[in-house]
Amino acid sequence: MSDTPENPSAASAVDERRLEPVAGDWRRVSPKYLRYDLVSTAIWTVILTFAVTLPWLLSGQRIWGLLLIPVAVFITLVLVLAFTPRRVRAIGYQLRDDDLVLRKGILFHRTVAVPYGRMQLVDVTRGPIERALGLSQLKLVTAAAASNVLIPGLAEADADALRDHLVELAETRRAGL
Amino acid sequence: MPDGELADDEWHRLHPATPLLRGGLLLIAVGGFLFAQFRERLLDFVIGIADGRGQRGGGPGRDGDPLDWLIRSGYVPLALGALVLLVLVVILLFWLSWRMHTYRVTAELVEVRSGVLFRTHRKARLDRIQGVDIARPVLARLLGAAKFEVQVAGDDANVKLDYLRSRDADELRLEILRLASGVQAAKRASAGGSAGGAGGGGAAGIPGAPATASARLSGFVDDRVQEFLAPELDPNAAPPQSVVEMSAKRLVGSTIASDATLWLLLLIAGSIVTVALSGEFWILFTAVPLVLGFGSYQVRKVIKFLRYTIASTEHGIRVGYGVLATANETIPPGRIHSISVNQSLIWRPFGWWHIRINRAARSGHGGNGNQQQQQNAIVLPVGSRDDALRVLHLLLPGHDADELLPVLASGFGRDRGAGDFTTSPRRAAVLRWFSWRRNGFGYLSDAVLLRRGAIWRELVIVPFARVQSVAASQGPLTRALRLGVVDVHTVQGPISARLGALDVRDAEALFAHVAASVVTAAAGDTTHRWGVAAAAGAPPLVIDRAGAGAGAVSQEGAPASAASAADEPDSADKRVRGEPEERA
Repeated sequence: MSDTPENPSAASAVDERRLEPVAGDWRRVSPKYLRYDLVSTAIWTVILTFAVTLPWLLSGQRIWGLLLIPVAVFITLVLVLAFTPRRVRAIGYQLRDDDLVLRKGILFHRTVAVPYGRMQLVDVTRGPIERALGLSQLKLVTAAAASNVLIPGLAEADADALRDHLVELAETRRAGL
Repeated sequence: MPDGELADDEWHRLHPATPLLRGGLLLIAVGGFLFAQFRERLLDFVIGIADGRGQRGGGPGRDGDPLDWLIRSGYVPLALGALVLLVLVVILLFWLSWRMHTYRVTAELVEVRSGVLFRTHRKARLDRIQGVDIARPVLARLLGAAKFEVQVAGDDANVKLDYLRSRDADELRLEILRLASGVQAAKRASAGGSAGGAGGGGAAGIPGAPATASARLSGFVDDRVQEFLAPELDPNAAPPQSVVEMSAKRLVGSTIASDATLWLLLLIAGSIVTVALSGEFWILFTAVPLVLGFGSYQVRKVIKFLRYTIASTEHGIRVGYGVLATANETIPPGRIHSISVNQSLIWRPFGWWHIRINRAARSGHGGNGNQQQQQNAIVLPVGSRDDALRVLHLLLPGHDADELLPVLASGFGRDRGAGDFTTSPRRAAVLRWFSWRRNGFGYLSDAVLLRRGAIWRELVIVPFARVQSVAASQGPLTRALRLGVVDVHTVQGPISARLGALDVRDAEALFAHVAASVVTAAAGDTTHRWGVAAAAGAPPLVIDRAGAGAGAVSQEGAPASAASAADEPDSADKRVRGEPEERA
């Protein structure tokens, strides 16, 4: 986390250690997704911290050493929370001529390219918080379980349009297994 | 049996002995057991009378015996009647299930209907076939039957025909593969002649029904004996230069000199040390079942691969194995998703290599889940360097041997070689202590080669046409070292095509090259109708919209998939024809 450049395209120029296999303009997820991610991370922070505090609450003698675990968990999750804006900004996807490219992650970066012809199905799902914010997430499934392509935080209409577009592309380029 | 009789759009039944092989044998065994018990009692009974004690004078503790009770109360005829009725009903049910279990093969589909009360109807599209598997367990072999399985992508999606007549099975496979390959009827007729000679073998003499029952019986026995003694792979079925044979000595040697043996020895040494230190001898006994299990597994593996053959046939690679229970699989072109050639340090002095593949189909034969699946992935259990190269040449068709082999051979070694491998930089030694010099990638015209490992050497080959997606990733440590990881995703299997510790720029180049090549390779791929491409020469671009996903369709009313496949050229035509109209 030594470098925290604001702009990813500048980052590749600054830091040549960074893996940046696909250049170009990335489509970003909806700004509302940041709110969603913050809220869900915050909820998880509360739940997990409470869960690991239980042993201390239940131990009769109030062993103070047991409190170290919830404190550590809480600090970690708050750090995760603090970096959420950057993590969300790092998510990007591109619809190239023949494949879809998705990039994610800062600390653990991953870029994956899926040819349209390899898509077996496209899933659009909405959770309760996402629905309240009008967001959807889109998942591409290929014959390989490892592909794992999940685009979160798309506006509902965008997700549906993207799904239809991808299905159409997949049909014209269908390539078996 | 004349060629093409099984794939004639008509419904056919399975081998008449199917009920017997599928579970009837258990019934007979139970019956035999009961009879043996009963005979003992009968003997007791008779001897008892002779002794003048009568049945009532039986030993103590026999009063609760239902048989005694039956005899005492005079219900014997009733019980016998019920037993006979039960046996008749069971036989009737078996017979019914045999009557109701039918299959047919059309130009587009293979279909199976089965079940008496709960009917199931399964169809698989021929162009989605991943392989055809014929297995002959010992008992089935004795009766001249064979298990037949059409493999389709997905779990439990295979179409099984258990059991067929042994000879029919070979013929049906040829027929199905020919239909699946898309070779049209005209070519089929000409191919039929040669195939009849190859597959049929002894079939020629059979027609003209033998007159007497005894003659038929002796004919049956002769056939069985001939089949049993015949070589696993009919010498006519494949050109001899494409066959790799197993040497028993090497197979046994390689099994003994394996990693598994090393671990076992370590375990035994460990337990001996524990015993020596603790003085508790019982610890030794905990190792006994483990050793026995390991031993029997290895022995089974050796026996299975003792008569291993691999050959290239008109319709793909044919792998056969087994001594008493035999099995063979035919994998059409383009059904191999990745190939791994590997060698452990123990094998290196002997120059032995092992080859596995990833496939989309999971074979169910023999059950035994994971272990079975792992064995099904084995294409070459052990072979010399030349054997391995020959097998790779079979698995990668469409390459000139003189060009291909040096590239692959350099994949076996450590140097750049003919493959022009791009290897990890020196700083990768932090992560790849011994293998950084070897760890690298190269290309064939239609596949990517990943070379890795120093102690366990491995060369992974992934045809571009089979790659599902490609990913590049980097964590904090690899970032600090200016390294990257590339993952080439294929269908699930024992092989993972992942190459780590590459220079960032090299990783980016590999990612870009694979991503681009996958698209062009997939567009030009015609292996789902391999015969058409072979006949036409130039591979046409085929748009196949119908079968999304696995391709196996269950339930009634599935002709829709056949229909959509049939009208596909039409819809494509319409699109082409539609354009001028719009312009006008």
